[in-house]
Amino acid sequence: MAGVLVDPYCLAVIEARRSARMNGTRLRVVAVAAVMATVVAACGGGSSKSSSSGSSGSAIKIGFFGALTGSNSPQLGINIRNGEKLAMDQYNKTAKTKVTLVPYDSQGDPAQAPQLAQKAISDKVVAVIGPAFSGESKAADPIFEQGQIPNLSASATNAKLQLNGWKYFHRLLANDDKQGPADADYISKKLAAKKVAVIDDASEYGKGLGDVVRSKLGSAVTVNDSVDPKAAAGNYSSTVNKVNAGKVDAVFYGGYYQDAGPLLKQLRDGQFKGAFVSGDGSLDQKLIDEAGTTAAEGAYITCACLLAGASSDPAAQQFTKDYKASSGADPGTYSAEAYDGTNAVLKAIAAGNTTAQTINQFLTTVDFKGITKEIKFDPQGEVQGGAIYMYQVKDGKLALLGDVNTLI
Amino acid sequence: MLKLINFAHSEIFMIGTFAALFTMHGLGIDHAIGGFALVGALLLCALAAAAASGGAAVVLERVAYRPLRKRGASRLAALISAIGASFFLQEVFALRYGRDTLSFPRILSKTVLFHIGDGAVRTDKVLVVVAALVMMFVLDRFVAATRLGRGIRATAQDPETAVLMGVNIDRVVMLTFLLGGIMAGGGALMYGVLLEQTRFDVGFVLGIKAFTAAVLGGIGNLRGALVGGFALGLIEAYGSSVWGTQWKDVIAFVVLVVVLMFRPTGILGEALERARA
Amino acid sequence: MNRLQIPDVRGSLSRSWERLPRWGRFAVYVLLLVGAVLLPADSIGRIMAPESDWKSILFFPIGVYVLLAVGLNIVVGEAGLLDLGYVAFFAIGGYAMALLGTEQGWSFWVILPTAIAMAAVAGVILGAPTLRLRGDYLAIVTLGFGEIIRITANNSNWMGGPRGIAGIPHPPNVGHVSQLQYGVIDPKPYYYLVLALLVIVIVVVQRLKHSRVGRAWMAIREDEDAAELMGVPTFKFKLWAFAIGASIGGAGGVMFASKVIAITPSNFPFILSVLILAAVVMGGSGNIAGVILGAFLVAWLPERFRGFADYRVLVFGGALVVLMIFRPQGLLPSRQRAEEMTEGQGGMGSMGAETAAET
Repeated sequence: MAGVLVDPYCLAVIEARRSARMNGTRLRVVAVAAVMATVVAACGGGSSKSSSSGSSGSAIKIGFFGALTGSNSPQLGINIRNGEKLAMDQYNKTAKTKVTLVPYDSQGDPAQAPQLAQKAISDKVVAVIGPAFSGESKAADPIFEQGQIPNLSASATNAKLQLNGWKYFHRLLANDDKQGPADADYISKKLAAKKVAVIDDASEYGKGLGDVVRSKLGSAVTVNDSVDPKAAAGNYSSTVNKVNAGKVDAVFYGGYYQDAGPLLKQLRDGQFKGAFVSGDGSLDQKLIDEAGTTAAEGAYITCACLLAGASSDPAAQQFTKDYKASSGADPGTYSAEAYDGTNAVLKAIAAGNTTAQTINQFLTTVDFKGITKEIKFDPQGEVQGGAIYMYQVKDGKLALLGDVNTLI
Repeated sequence: MLKLINFAHSEIFMIGTFAALFTMHGLGIDHAIGGFALVGALLLCALAAAAASGGAAVVLERVAYRPLRKRGASRLAALISAIGASFFLQEVFALRYGRDTLSFPRILSKTVLFHIGDGAVRTDKVLVVVAALVMMFVLDRFVAATRLGRGIRATAQDPETAVLMGVNIDRVVMLTFLLGGIMAGGGALMYGVLLEQTRFDVGFVLGIKAFTAAVLGGIGNLRGALVGGFALGLIEAYGSSVWGTQWKDVIAFVVLVVVLMFRPTGILGEALERARA
Repeated sequence: MNRLQIPDVRGSLSRSWERLPRWGRFAVYVLLLVGAVLLPADSIGRIMAPESDWKSILFFPIGVYVLLAVGLNIVVGEAGLLDLGYVAFFAIGGYAMALLGTEQGWSFWVILPTAIAMAAVAGVILGAPTLRLRGDYLAIVTLGFGEIIRITANNSNWMGGPRGIAGIPHPPNVGHVSQLQYGVIDPKPYYYLVLALLVIVIVVVQRLKHSRVGRAWMAIREDEDAAELMGVPTFKFKLWAFAIGASIGGAGGVMFASKVIAITPSNFPFILSVLILAAVVMGGSGNIAGVILGAFLVAWLPERFRGFADYRVLVFGGALVVLMIFRPQGLLPSRQRAEEMTEGQGGMGSMGAETAAET
């Protein structure tokens, strides 16, 4: 199976369609369906031809693994893919051996992850940026491990992933065991909250983070709730009642921005006056759109990631400019991490490593200054010295307050 | 929902929320208003939502139900057809308006009127409760007293006899869908005013809840649906305060099973069964 | 009029099928099996799934969906009971494999029968209080049961909560044949495993169908009251249908969990119940070949058309409506069912004018 199963032409067409959509050009459903039908037909035919020719392709393939469609796709997919793409485009300008991006759209669904990981192996990608979600990581990473494909996640922060003894697993930001305590410390020390409500979205990520905060805050947590946003259908009234009845000073929410927005709005409508703190899943401008600028004002959000647009560092600002030029939008959550991770792989390739195994070997010794931090992995694959940053909503924008450790 | 799960009813509701949202945008509302302007704007939104939902319901009936009925397809086929229509409508809105939550402008200021114990009684909640009661009352009278209402009840009880008695089934079915759609549209506006948000999949859970409430109260019985709705709401509120919000659906379904064990046709379902026997 | 043509088109095929001697039919079965064994070939994969890994999707979703659909078909297609929470049994099987495998260290071959028994018991527990209900009442209760299982798993620490359970063991290797080495990478052995199970299940189900039990199911499906009057213990046979359907779902869950290493409650969403039900109905409920075809299409088409990405669900939804309009009895309807249909009032109730009561 040495074939180029996804040939570059098809990728180009798919890319073109995606970027067209992101630029706001809304094509009519029917028209797109018709176009796609021909593309799929062409790809179907083309791929079998190129595989039979047996060429392994002149370009080196780097995969992307995450959600490009589906409900979490803006944050845990497109942001990351665009960061990866920018790094590769910049590399291709000067490099002799070109690199191409092969996307694996998991829709964040762990049930789809195994076959896509398998596909990446048979496509002979040399590295993968992703998987984006912790859930799909658990299903896909064992396959990457056996298939010996280095994978670098820019967003999966589950605190157990690094404990599997995987050699090919890397991640570019601190995990929830660091983020949770940082949230808890900020709430108890900086905000001096005596009574805290911890609410989570009953998801793998949200409850995981919420539980770390709960155990760190201990008896200060006087109200607990776990609401599956799907079952709530946008109505958080029972949670708001609990929070108000508990007369808490602060609310911590473990979950994603789509749900944090309505919750925050309903809390403020319900006369809740205390602080609202949340984690990286809530770090998105859409949180402010959904909660409304008045309700969102002053909300605290932590992230192990650096939102390049909010940073005053010149390298980050340059990255923001380039990113905007390349994808037509401001870099989002995890974009800069994905960029750094891709650059780590590209440095390996530039040093003459063109197979997955040698690239993985190179990653054990890689050490350079990225946009977000110094990129250097420990034996478990965790990036070293990953900081937790605190953001706050100010005048309807996400502003960077700084490293949580220096703020307390 | 007398004889068949209309899976796509959720999407009829969703279309209503979008219609209400666009009407508000169209009117240029971006802050809370009061007095006659508020009443006018709300009525206009209600009209738009009801028209959109009602229209969508009629189209749905025409496209996804009537051809099946004409072919004498099984109810299972109709269920699958409705599920297909539901997927289709959700995706149309997801692709057109994105998968993120869309916010409503604040049309009604959320002022606390008074407190009962710990609970604050707010203007928007009062409005919604009053509007819901009025809608229920009107619908109840409509089905009980008008010619069309009698047609609906006759068809529900015994379609064949109804046809023999000169009821135009196609018309009755269409108008029933229209009625259901209008109610969904009204509900959609209330949802919009109360929670100020919508999303392509907003109807899904609410549809299941509505269906649960209808079954709990007794299918084919409007007052039963009202009782079922109230009971379900109370059970969920009680369940989430005692055991935590994450368990509320489990509690609601367990209560449903227990109720159905003793009253297999729901709380108020017996009268209808007796009438049929 | 189309309705009348369909059994005719099929009629000639099935008539020639009936004329085939016993050995001839057996030969066809063998040919089909050989085809299924050769299915994972790369050359087929390039056509069937250019944008995904064919061997992987042959196991999941295709193989698992087919197994689930065959199981659900007993409940829906044979006994005529509307079950909207079938995913519950799939989840029970999956969690049994995960928990017994990781905590007790049991082997796959011990867990499989255990989980099948557990799912059957769960089917009886669900069925005993609820099977007296009919139609929509039963549908909503089964839907609730599916949600109860998922929510309980999500909120119970001993079941791993939303994080689920990781490190689920694989089936033990059999000898040194490469087709039977159960590892992380090669999905082919898992496909063969699910294929073998499927063959056994189909043989058992077909035997059942032509036994007293099968005839009782048919009677219940067509007219429950009449069946009861004729002395068929309808409750008992409905419970049987539920238990057998459930145990097949449980077996599917074990298969799935033994391959994927990690499961979370999000592997068992309500929508999966709906998809499997759609597979059964669009294939032709009551007819095993139709059901297999339906499940295959439901599982395969989204993988085949990955390029459509966002538009897949849209097209799928539209296709379901169109299909139900033109082939309400499914792609390959059961001949018996087709006859019931033309009679007008099937056990599930002909839609007739009843829809009138819809609000």
